[in-house]
Amino acid sequence: MAQVSSVADKQTTSSKSITLRISRYNPEYDDASRFMEFNVSYEKWTTVLEAILEVKQYFDHSVAVRYSCRQATCGSCGMMINGKPRLACFTKISELDSNVVTVEPMSNFPIIRDLAVKFERLFDTHHKIKPYLIRDDTEIESDEKEFLQSPEEVEQYIQFANCIKCGLCNAACPTMATDSSFVGPQALAQAYRYVADSRDKGKDSRLKMIDESHGIWRCHFAGSCSQVCPKGVDPAMGIQLLRGYLLGFRS
Amino acid sequence: MRESTIMKIHYGTALAAVALVAVHILMRLTMNFAESLEYETVLANYKFIPYALMLELILILLSVHGFNGLRVILLELKQGRTYEKAVSYGCLAAMVGLIAYGSRTIIMVNMGMV
Amino acid sequence: MTQDENKEGVGGMINPRRYGIERVAYWLMRLSGLGLLAYFIGHIYETSNILRGQVGWTELLEMTSTPFFHIILSIVIAMCVFHTVNGIRVMLGHGGIGVGKPSRPDYPYDPASQNYRHKIGIYSAIVLAAVAMMYGLAVLFGE
Repeated sequence: MAQVSSVADKQTTSSKSITLRISRYNPEYDDASRFMEFNVSYEKWTTVLEAILEVKQYFDHSVAVRYSCRQATCGSCGMMINGKPRLACFTKISELDSNVVTVEPMSNFPIIRDLAVKFERLFDTHHKIKPYLIRDDTEIESDEKEFLQSPEEVEQYIQFANCIKCGLCNAACPTMATDSSFVGPQALAQAYRYVADSRDKGKDSRLKMIDESHGIWRCHFAGSCSQVCPKGVDPAMGIQLLRGYLLGFRS
Repeated sequence: MRESTIMKIHYGTALAAVALVAVHILMRLTMNFAESLEYETVLANYKFIPYALMLELILILLSVHGFNGLRVILLELKQGRTYEKAVSYGCLAAMVGLIAYGSRTIIMVNMGMV
Repeated sequence: MTQDENKEGVGGMINPRRYGIERVAYWLMRLSGLGLLAYFIGHIYETSNILRGQVGWTELLEMTSTPFFHIILSIVIAMCVFHTVNGIRVMLGHGGIGVGKPSRPDYPYDPASQNYRHKIGIYSAIVLAAVAMMYGLAVLFGE
């Protein structure tokens, strides 16, 4: 059932408007999701998140959406925008080049309500790969220096440390689309981030962890994860470099 | 067996099969294609031991590679302990079955039991 | 797919419109693999007909020497070439070869792993498969 409404009474300077289709679904009451349509005006700089918030402010405050920083740093507002996983705060309506903008909850994540999804599995798999430095001498004595790294050593992993755990890579991954047990590109890229860190000594335990039937081998280098990453992490690269260790191409 | 070992076998069988299948196809093209499929020619191929050995190798390599590929696809489609065990053992059984069936043909023709 | 998990399912996995040629290569690889396995099983069964002697073998040859089977065989040739060439590309990628080097990302964050080398590899696989298929059609229908 579609509902059409517009924010006509709101004073606006914009002459352009789009139809914003928002997926509505409450697992407690609904059998299936449905779309509600809203006519929203926009400027060149208006983001999809701002459009959703305008709907919440002026028409239907019950639309559920998770957001926080509004500057692609917290990783909260990931959703399917016109069929592709994107951050709503990082996607301008003008760049979508469409009169209709459809927003749906992120694929491959269980829905809490409307556009808000559960992140438990992502955090579980992230936790599983031990996202911290592993070494015997973790505690530094007071008279010792911190662990020093050369710029080249930092370069090996810093790209992967940009991950904001937004989950877009997992939403785009073709394996995640059918495999409920797959570790996922987010966790695998983070495994590489720590394995490539010269301060870390936990390579063997991490490699052992991902070397199982729903581990790293279920990645087939389709690269969709890297195409949607809003922070330039390039999980596909990290996963292939990580697999290089298991195949003996890297030591 | 560890998944990395299985996948190393998967890559190894692929590379070896590419080389041997290329020889197998080129053998069809050394003469007229229809002529190469005539009964006497095929029989002679099977009776030539190096060629028969190559056919046996191709049979093993492609069976291992093919059924492991099928296992991977099926494991990614659906999950569950029973299902995954059924897929793994089912693919293994199919692989062994196909190798046995193909080997029977190669051995029988090679030994002149036709 | 259950609404609970909200997984995209096979439809989302094979959707060719969103993620470029790499995603198309991904499912073409699967499809060609399944096709080649089916052909391989059929080929083993087919060639085992030689055990039925000359009569059985000739019968089989007559049955498979039809335009329909020739077209099937040409598609198999195309699948074989694509699967081989793209398989070598993927295998090199899996070893971390040709996927770029880690570096500090700059906006607009073009992923280094989705580089021209791999795109050329995919297009080469498709072109070579098409050429091989045409060659196969020429050989099969030229007789």
